[in-house]
Amino acid sequence: MKILVLGGGPGGLYSAALLRKNHPDWDITVVERNPHDATYGWGVVFSDRTLSSFREADYPSYRDITNQFVVWDTIEVRYRGETIRCGGNVFAGISRKLLLMLLQNRCREFGVKLKFLTEMREPSELDGYDLVIASDGVNSFVRRTYAEEFKPSVTYGQTRFAWLGTRKVFDAFTFSFRRNEHGLFQAHIYPNDGLASTFIVQCDPQTWRRAGLDHATEAETVAYCEKVFAGDLNGEPLLANKSDWIAFPTVSNKTWRFRNIVLIGDAAHTADFTIGSGTKMAMEDAIALANGFERYGGNIDAALNDFELERRPAIDGIQRAAAESNRYFETTTRYEYFEPMQFVYYLLTRSGRISYDELRRRDSSFVDAMDRWFYARTSGAGHPNKLIVAPSPMLAPLNLRDLTLRNRAVMPAPANYAARDGMPDEAYAAQLDELAQSGASLIVTDILAISPAARITPGCSGLYRPEQAAMWSRLTKQVHDRQAKIAARLGHAGRRGATRARNEGLDLPLIGDGWPLLSASPISFIPGGPVPREMDRADMDQICDQFVRAAQMADEAGFDLLDLHFAHGYLIASFISPLTNRRRDNYGGALENRLRYPLEVLEAVRGVWPERKPLGVAYSATDWARNGLEPEDAIAIARAMKDRGVDLLDVLAGQTVLESRPVFGPYFLTAFSDVIRNEAHIATITGGDITSTDQVNNIVAAGRADLCLMEPPRLNAHYRYIGTDTGAIDGRTGSQG
Amino acid sequence: MRVGIGLPGGVPGVDGSMVIEWARKADDSPFTSLAVVDRYVYDSYEALTSLAAAAAVTTRVKLATTIVIGPLRNTATLAKTAATVDALSGGRLVLGMAVGAREDDYQAANIDYRQRGKIFTQQLAALRGLWESGTIGPRPVRKGGPEILVGGLSDQAYMRAARYADGYVHGGGPPRAFARAADRARAAWRDAGRPGLPQLWGQGYFALGEGAAARGIAYLKDYYAFTGPFADRIAAGLLTTTQSVIQYISGYEEAGCGELVLLPAIAEPSQFDRLAEVCRSL
Repeated sequence: MKILVLGGGPGGLYSAALLRKNHPDWDITVVERNPHDATYGWGVVFSDRTLSSFREADYPSYRDITNQFVVWDTIEVRYRGETIRCGGNVFAGISRKLLLMLLQNRCREFGVKLKFLTEMREPSELDGYDLVIASDGVNSFVRRTYAEEFKPSVTYGQTRFAWLGTRKVFDAFTFSFRRNEHGLFQAHIYPNDGLASTFIVQCDPQTWRRAGLDHATEAETVAYCEKVFAGDLNGEPLLANKSDWIAFPTVSNKTWRFRNIVLIGDAAHTADFTIGSGTKMAMEDAIALANGFERYGGNIDAALNDFELERRPAIDGIQRAAAESNRYFETTTRYEYFEPMQFVYYLLTRSGRISYDELRRRDSSFVDAMDRWFYARTSGAGHPNKLIVAPSPMLAPLNLRDLTLRNRAVMPAPANYAARDGMPDEAYAAQLDELAQSGASLIVTDILAISPAARITPGCSGLYRPEQAAMWSRLTKQVHDRQAKIAARLGHAGRRGATRARNEGLDLPLIGDGWPLLSASPISFIPGGPVPREMDRADMDQICDQFVRAAQMADEAGFDLLDLHFAHGYLIASFISPLTNRRRDNYGGALENRLRYPLEVLEAVRGVWPERKPLGVAYSATDWARNGLEPEDAIAIARAMKDRGVDLLDVLAGQTVLESRPVFGPYFLTAFSDVIRNEAHIATITGGDITSTDQVNNIVAAGRADLCLMEPPRLNAHYRYIGTDTGAIDGRTGSQG
Repeated sequence: MRVGIGLPGGVPGVDGSMVIEWARKADDSPFTSLAVVDRYVYDSYEALTSLAAAAAVTTRVKLATTIVIGPLRNTATLAKTAATVDALSGGRLVLGMAVGAREDDYQAANIDYRQRGKIFTQQLAALRGLWESGTIGPRPVRKGGPEILVGGLSDQAYMRAARYADGYVHGGGPPRAFARAADRARAAWRDAGRPGLPQLWGQGYFALGEGAAARGIAYLKDYYAFTGPFADRIAAGLLTTTQSVIQYISGYEEAGCGELVLLPAIAEPSQFDRLAEVCRSL
């Protein structure tokens, strides 16, 4: 087999070495355009897990590499004059140049041909080989040549960064955040070879331009950064090595293989430098490629397929984490109001790969300190360092006006669509009682309709008749007796009203016995469904009065918190989204206009809802649809609502229109809550698929939300160890359906 | 968790009478359902027709499609066929549907592959109405018609399941993969405000007994050849020992699966008996 490896970086050299090691008869040539000792960039970092894979793939090179390593397990963060360290994060660093030398030697030992100072410019130069491994970097010639086949996409990050170095030796991976008159600068500093450190400086594009770095020479960049990070350098100079300011290109490809050509490393995929995975990914690619050929011998097609199947999920995961990390560094200023402990906690958990429990496993004293800080701050328990015992963030109280919630877990009490004339049935009452004993601090009712016509289905509960208020008085007392609090969620279904119970599906119009619908504009929710009437001024007044009356009833019934449902395409939401509001009057058009009626309702409700009781609003941070509401709009909406006395926002998404593209990953609503909370500086609730205490602790500790709506426990998990029926498969556990 | 068994009609060359005999045994077995898979361009039995036959020789077990490729069938035809199977079986049909992944099936059915998502959504939106209104009879046994499950791994699939169906059916794989998909299906369900939890169905392939592994693997590699070397992965997941079957079952159970369907990779009556024996011992 005749193999051409294009590009003599770590990925190319390592694949050549591993393939030749397993197949000494294969003819392998590595072609590199630079001289053998030229390299840009300073050091590279590997986690202990990556190192294990090196050991498995080729022990001698693993030994050579680890002999030259600097190993550390601490991440140090310098922020606002404080230094906080967190241990247990094992990393190893090596200078890139040394790594390349070791891999070149390994290639020579195996008899790989190395050709330096050779550049390929013509596609025809790739002919005559059985296999071409394109490890020719982020600007890959091969990828560009066959762009039609690989279908690459390259997107650039917004921040600018410069790759510098210093002779000053750091003992840990160090993040330094320094603010000057131009803005915020971040340094990512890590040890190289025990004699020097890599020093990457990053900032947002506005700061970069204000500082004049957009037209700075390399020497000017160095001088400027030395000044910004004088407190970290202690007089040591910064060193440059082709240190241009760049925006990070994230490369992905629809496929990494075409005929006998395979892309690996940066040519195939890149991941934001802030998670430091470039060299790791390239070398793991090399291992996977070698394994593919082990599995399928000389069957190139099968081996390349295997390589891609093996690497896709891993690379997707890294790219997702990198995107999260990149998002954090693009928006770091959003979190600058955080106190140092929380700032550091967020930084460490930014990519979503490390949770609260995982961090505790790595460094329990750091997480203990976090717990003390969090509890002291929210409970008024004095200075964190005086505390010996502090509960985890999930168990810290939250104060909203005069209401104190004893922890951060909230349980929804979902509708069972069995109410009669808006009166919840006994099963619903029993469910509330059960939830009140769940340990959650707050129970949120299903949407209580503010009038019969406001109901989603005939089986929905309401708060518009005295009998309902009386029933709720009993139910809120029952919840209070269990030491829990309860929120009334008030709403009007709008154009999603008059549908059948949701046991069989959503938005199925009632047959025959429906009622007229109202909405901001006369657009039906489902194609061919009932068309709502566009609300006129009289409708608006009436609905507003109904909200006010329901709020008064809720207060009298003993609810602790009011949660107005302005989301999911229901009546009030239909005014907010441009997709459902086509009005030409003062209530349509710009966001300010679309928000006018919702804010009128809000103000009227706040006017009657007692000053001492907190008011919440559930609203959508995105429509997940083209031309719909986006998080930037949601921030403006949050600010407007905060100004009018809203204390808590339940940040939801989607369901505005039928044709949306939702995303249901883990934490799928939390990213929106994060943006809203930390831009508008208002307490938020987040939901989604939150099922574990680890998730709640993580979300709350990082300041991504203040409260978490948890899912009720899953039947199977609970029934599993009770072990009732035996024998019949059917009866082993509680059934799902 | 309940365990169902697949009919052997997906294995090439299987004799019709064998499929019937296989189905006939189901009522007196530990299995709670008989399931079928769907593929046009292959030597396999049509899904709903097979279930109609199974309906004739059973009275207890559910009859499930895991899954039928909805868009390959005209919606009225699908509504009619499903209603018929439902009526013939006394309301035992569970209609699992997805868009599938095989372009050749779409070509054979003369349906535009690129429109499959759109067609599927329209189909789901229409089916219940067709049954409920009685426009296309026979009248469904259960109010609202047969239970519907939606399969697929995209966010769109989870949303469709939450919006139009009674639950979600997973395409198979290790319990961890099922758990991830089930989490998303539940999240979408709650987000939509559906009461309770979605029904969650899983599936896997088995081939038990001496020499069965190699034959089962050969079948799966052939059936899933369109996925390229991924067929090897599917084949590697074949359950070939009692140990692997019970571990698979408990893994799915732990992940919250409501009904797990085990599909035969070899069409021999002894396969039914071997799996029944394993399940009886649970």
